[in-house]
Amino acid sequence: MYPKIPLTVNGQKQEIEADPEMPLLWALRDIMDIKGTKFGCGIAACGACTVLIDGEAVRSCSQPVGEVEGEITTIEGISQGDELHAVQLAWMKHSVPQCGYCQSGQIMAAVALLEENPTPTDEDISRAMTNLCRCGTYPKIKAALKDAAQTLGA
Amino acid sequence: MSRLGKYTRRAFLGLGVAAAGGLAVGFYFYKKPYANPLDAKKAEGEAPLNPYVMIANDNTITIIAPRAEMGQGVHTTLAALVAEELEVPLEHVIVEHGPSSPAYFNAAMLEESTPFPFYDESVLAELARGSMKIVATFLGLNITGGSSSTTDAFVKMREAGYAAKFVLVKAAAEHFGTSEDNLALADGTVTDKASGQSVTYGELASRAAVVSPPGETKLKKASDWKILGKTQKRVELKDKVTGGRIFGIDVQLPNMLYSTVRMAPRKGVSLRSYDKTATLAIPGVKDVVEIRTITGEGLGVIAENTWAAFKGAEALEIKWDDPHSFQNSDQMWSALEDALTQEATFELGGTGSDAEVFTSIPESEAVSAQYRLPFLAHATMEPMNATAQHDGSKIRVWTGTQAPGLIQSVISRHFDMDSADIDIATTRLGGGFGRRLEVDFALYASVIAKATAPNPVKVTWTREEDTQHDAYRPMAIGEFKGQVTPDGTLKTMDMHVASPSIIQSVMPRTFPGISPIGPDNTVLDGAFNQPLDVENIRCKAHVADLQVPVGFWRSVGNSVNGFFHESFIDEAAHKAGRDPLEFRLAHLTSDEFRPAREALKRVAEMSGWVTPLPAGKGRGIAHVLSFGTWTAQVVQVDVKDNTVTIEEVWAVADPGIVLDPGMFRDQIMSGINFGLSQALGQEITWAEGEVEQANFDTFDAMRMYQAPRITIELLENSPRMGGAGEPGTPPSTPALANAIFAATGKRIRQMPLSNEIDFI
Repeated sequence: MYPKIPLTVNGQKQEIEADPEMPLLWALRDIMDIKGTKFGCGIAACGACTVLIDGEAVRSCSQPVGEVEGEITTIEGISQGDELHAVQLAWMKHSVPQCGYCQSGQIMAAVALLEENPTPTDEDISRAMTNLCRCGTYPKIKAALKDAAQTLGA
Repeated sequence: MSRLGKYTRRAFLGLGVAAAGGLAVGFYFYKKPYANPLDAKKAEGEAPLNPYVMIANDNTITIIAPRAEMGQGVHTTLAALVAEELEVPLEHVIVEHGPSSPAYFNAAMLEESTPFPFYDESVLAELARGSMKIVATFLGLNITGGSSSTTDAFVKMREAGYAAKFVLVKAAAEHFGTSEDNLALADGTVTDKASGQSVTYGELASRAAVVSPPGETKLKKASDWKILGKTQKRVELKDKVTGGRIFGIDVQLPNMLYSTVRMAPRKGVSLRSYDKTATLAIPGVKDVVEIRTITGEGLGVIAENTWAAFKGAEALEIKWDDPHSFQNSDQMWSALEDALTQEATFELGGTGSDAEVFTSIPESEAVSAQYRLPFLAHATMEPMNATAQHDGSKIRVWTGTQAPGLIQSVISRHFDMDSADIDIATTRLGGGFGRRLEVDFALYASVIAKATAPNPVKVTWTREEDTQHDAYRPMAIGEFKGQVTPDGTLKTMDMHVASPSIIQSVMPRTFPGISPIGPDNTVLDGAFNQPLDVENIRCKAHVADLQVPVGFWRSVGNSVNGFFHESFIDEAAHKAGRDPLEFRLAHLTSDEFRPAREALKRVAEMSGWVTPLPAGKGRGIAHVLSFGTWTAQVVQVDVKDNTVTIEEVWAVADPGIVLDPGMFRDQIMSGINFGLSQALGQEITWAEGEVEQANFDTFDAMRMYQAPRITIELLENSPRMGGAGEPGTPPSTPALANAIFAATGKRIRQMPLSNEIDFI
């Protein structure tokens, strides 16, 4: 038997039964059936699994679910119904995604960056946005992120 | 319900069962090389004549884009071809991949795999292209690769749209009791100009379904295009910014189990013995099953969740029998060096017939260089995965694949089942780059699903398993020699390439029983078929089996030979004491090479090629013709303290016809960054029979802080249509190496360049 673990995901309080060592990523995907958070590497090297915990970007593949303290936000939690987050809208405006697999992680990292630094410079973006994109969409990520910063600041 | 949920449910039901009544039409109305894959699944009141266009009575218009959407925007562009002729905006249509069927064969890909250069329109080349087209039809290759999707679809998908429009207009004329000339089409409706009354395509669908198809098609002139030639919004864009459940890894089915694999280090290594005690002791692990297939042997761990499966796989104690003599990279390099001293396996292209020319180059005029490239993994962002279910007499597989038809045939062979009983549902792909042309991930899932039957099982590989069990871009050595005469002319170019053959490696895995015919031109692609006016050219392949699975990696042989060829031209220019751009143009004087000249001249203008740079900075130039697209690039670097920053890249690509400029530029950008990633540190090496790299800490790719500014322009001078997905990759690496030479005087002839110089 697994212990009960209380979690708040996208504003919803819930309790799951899981091995406390299980990475948050797999608890989200396999137990809670929240699939927007993607698996890329399992060693916090690529960022495809990025979620927010109390607003901070966390690589959920290396975060034991039993040790989560704070509210979890996944890509599903940043939009309000059909109303997308400014970062998502900017991503659409700039047609950022290609294969799209890394983009929910990229978007979560961008949301966290803009929370902390509403007017990031190119250098700030390069330093903060360390997620891997094999389609090489970096120039568009940068452009969309700046656009989102303007929208949010306006 | 997400689109994938809807999609898989519909795949269960049989595609096209959208609403009561409907219309499905397309190009093979009148050319029916295969049975319509929808006929077998036809429901009451439906008329599925062909799978490209389906119109339900509620005016839902579904376009089948039977190619893998892996980021290249192919679903958008293929749908645009149909929508253009059908006179509906893209926003009005639903785009689906459709079932695996030989009806969706890709002839263009095989056509361009003949051993003739793209620009060679001689009778022999045309004959060979024609015969490969027949082979493609025969094999029913529903394959996404070779940057061939839009070329292949360009006529047939517009014809599908035209055919649908044709029967709808006839039906509308009947409906209004008027002549076709009195009708106007817009946004999925037909209006009777006289009465002003309108009827939707959906309302006409049932009536249209019984109208005889057109005998011939009259496609719109490019000047009348409203959708094609203009940048479109990606049809799946919203899914990709909202974490949509669209990838293979997102498939969720009732009673589904989870699994992962631990496979032998490579094909040919067999499973001798194993101890599963520790694995079975892990909470959540249910079983361990043996996998013995044509692509490899190993074990599958079945569990309640992916994490338990991963832990279980890690805990397995496995002993392998490895019959291979090559255990480490040094042995493999020696084998390639040895192959270069042997008689060539085959020769392609070439001009000038006197063999003596190549062996009698005066020492003072000789320029020679040896280049080396390592094995490379594809490292798609989405690790290999597939979901499979044995359901009595049927096997169903859900996966992101570039080749559903191959998966179907390999699984049917493995289980000795009729291929009609193997259903493959293609999801969106979290990157392909050629890796998902392989069948291994789906085959293993089908084997594990036998053990979990009737429950489905999702098999997800760890990143480590993915990196270490790829079909790698071949390692290769290029030995190039040339003669530069005192007037600065490249008179002779002698190219020898030692490499494993991709086709010889792929065929036994995917087409067992069919032996590859003729030379594997992927060994020399990017060398033998480049625009170049040189009096004597010789291009020889020295094929060596390195006992490592090799496969198609974005731009395939062009990724290898583009680097060799364009580095060498730069070296020859240096020997001649001429500017690398001017030197190239001087050896591109033939009429048919105009697209190369124009691309080079334009990229030079864009990059300010003639403007001097401050010390420590340098520009490099390269041009490669691949997949029918002429691509010139200039890379600018800044080198400080022996550390390179790739500052900027300018690219000009000429595919003849640009169907979607935004999507095309995105592909060139992606291809550039994919190519440059190699230079920054990618290499797959072998030690003690295993791959040494495992995850992104040891096999990384370009990150944001390393990404250059990129400017891209497109030209349309080429007389034939070329592809988008791959041509951006080949020129990027030689342009970078040439830029480093320009900045530092240091010529780096091996990849990754990071073995000899640091990058930020």
